[in-house]
Amino acid sequence: MTTTAVRPESPPDLLRSGRSKIGDRTFRILALGCGLLVVAILALIAIFMTNQAWPAFKQAGIHFITSRNWDPNNNHFGALAFIYGTLGVSLIALVFAVPVSLGIALFITEIAPLRFRTPVVYVIDLLAAIPSVVFGLWGILALQTPLGKFYGHVSNFFSGVPILDRIFSGNAGRSFFTAGLIVALMITPIITSLTREVFATVPRTQKEAALALGATRWEMMRTSVLGYGRSGVVGAVMLGLGRAMGETIAVALIIGSVPSITLSLFHPGDAMAAVIANQFGEASGTFRAALIGLGVVLFAMTIVINVIARGFVSRSERATGRA
Amino acid sequence: MTAKVESLSVSSISAGRRIRNRLAIGLICLAIVVAAVPLILMMVYVLRKGASAISWKFLTKPIPPPREKGPGMGPAVIGTIVITFWAAVMSIPLGILGAIYVTEYGARNRLARVIRFMSDVMAGVPSIIMGLFIYTAYTLKTHKLTGFGGSLALACLMLPIVIRSTEAMLSLVPGDLREASYALGTSKSRTVLTVVMPAALPGITSGCLLAVARAAGETAPLLFTIGILQLHSNWNAFKGSNTALSAQIFVNAQQPFAGAQQRAWGAALTLIGMVLILTIAARVVSSRFSVKAS
Repeated sequence: MTTTAVRPESPPDLLRSGRSKIGDRTFRILALGCGLLVVAILALIAIFMTNQAWPAFKQAGIHFITSRNWDPNNNHFGALAFIYGTLGVSLIALVFAVPVSLGIALFITEIAPLRFRTPVVYVIDLLAAIPSVVFGLWGILALQTPLGKFYGHVSNFFSGVPILDRIFSGNAGRSFFTAGLIVALMITPIITSLTREVFATVPRTQKEAALALGATRWEMMRTSVLGYGRSGVVGAVMLGLGRAMGETIAVALIIGSVPSITLSLFHPGDAMAAVIANQFGEASGTFRAALIGLGVVLFAMTIVINVIARGFVSRSERATGRA
Repeated sequence: MTAKVESLSVSSISAGRRIRNRLAIGLICLAIVVAAVPLILMMVYVLRKGASAISWKFLTKPIPPPREKGPGMGPAVIGTIVITFWAAVMSIPLGILGAIYVTEYGARNRLARVIRFMSDVMAGVPSIIMGLFIYTAYTLKTHKLTGFGGSLALACLMLPIVIRSTEAMLSLVPGDLREASYALGTSKSRTVLTVVMPAALPGITSGCLLAVARAAGETAPLLFTIGILQLHSNWNAFKGSNTALSAQIFVNAQQPFAGAQQRAWGAALTLIGMVLILTIAARVVSSRFSVKAS
């Protein structure tokens, strides 16, 4: 990722025969074409999907994202409940994943003895390698019932307490909260590995300076490591958010598939990616266009978040002298 | 003298700060436990449920209808291999060439920066979007559900991962190697192919294996493109619908029948096994034959 060596310019073409010059140029153009493929695919995604979604956008207009009335049989396509679900699940996931990820990253870079670092990194990589659908399977067949019971106890406990009794009401094993928990597990590895990279770039002198001034280990981490890496951490969290919003299969299995806008954590809901996965099979005509339209909205949201996140990450790379 | 300094530094820290320090470090260690416990619980659960389902018959026989008990996940194993293979065949060469442009040809130009940024952004696009994209751009045009449609969607998913990991490896290759090659009168393309690439090959291989592992576990890109309900083996990615382990898990997890759920657990263990083998292979390759970068 970082090179201090100056990349040498290519050699002058003085002595080369015409054939090898052509070969050189062909290779360069080929490589350029492959690089541009990325840009082309992103553009094509936007074009093809918007094109297919157009009938639904035309019919629903702005109501597509402001109305909560989703009734395919009567051609009403308001996706607000799905957008709410996606954001809600992602928020729950971040609430759990961010502190845990920061903790693990600090553990690996600052606390763990050297010989523990590699096994911890291995475990995190293992978590990252487990397919989404396996998390979903575990959620729906193993966690659903015990979690539902647990939610029941929690909501009984809070019943009668103002505000909290609304937030903690419900006892559905397949709910916003279960989906949030599973997604938290799934985005923890990515946030951890990104923040770990950020923390690893904090200059040693910064940390030693803090310790020399009499800071405890935690004060050193708070002021030097977290302070120095702040914008990188923000970037990592946003990349995690992007990942959480696009998480499909596990959420499709355990969110409960009931479009709803509610504060209750333990109620079933639905999310954008999940509803596409669950309903696309039986959809046709404007209904299918509307589901593709949901995809367009999700695509736009994740692109915006990723662009902002990359901005933060590259700012932190500049700040630590990597570019 | 040193003993005195040490005792001074300890006693000079107030009790409050010392407790806060202990507490913070305790919480940080707790984070490890919080992440590890669900992972262990899940692995144990999948192992226990899946191990009883897996057998040679399970891996090779056709998939029975959901209501029936008994083994059979062969077509899904074949489908996962075939679909992921074609995705790798498409995305790996294209991704490597793209990375070569970014690092070798565009070190200082704006176009390369744009490509790099875009591949970062593309890596963040949800996998289900890739599935919808291929559905609108390919499946709707050809009117056919084939394994190849799934391969295209997975290839879109893999491309940015391959580009980013290859790029990271290529930029680890020391500039001296390139200079030495140029000094011998070698052309740029030849330098890249015969000097830079071999030096970075282990790292690139490892990155590609990880990309393949990621793709093999994906479900969402396959849902609309391959016709997941296929129950018989199909080695041909270009003709006829296909299925995959991930898709079978998704379908069977929603079935109320014990037989189907049993097969879902078996498929989950098989899929985790395949993904882990690829991940471990990636580690072995990168540590055994790592780049001797200065």
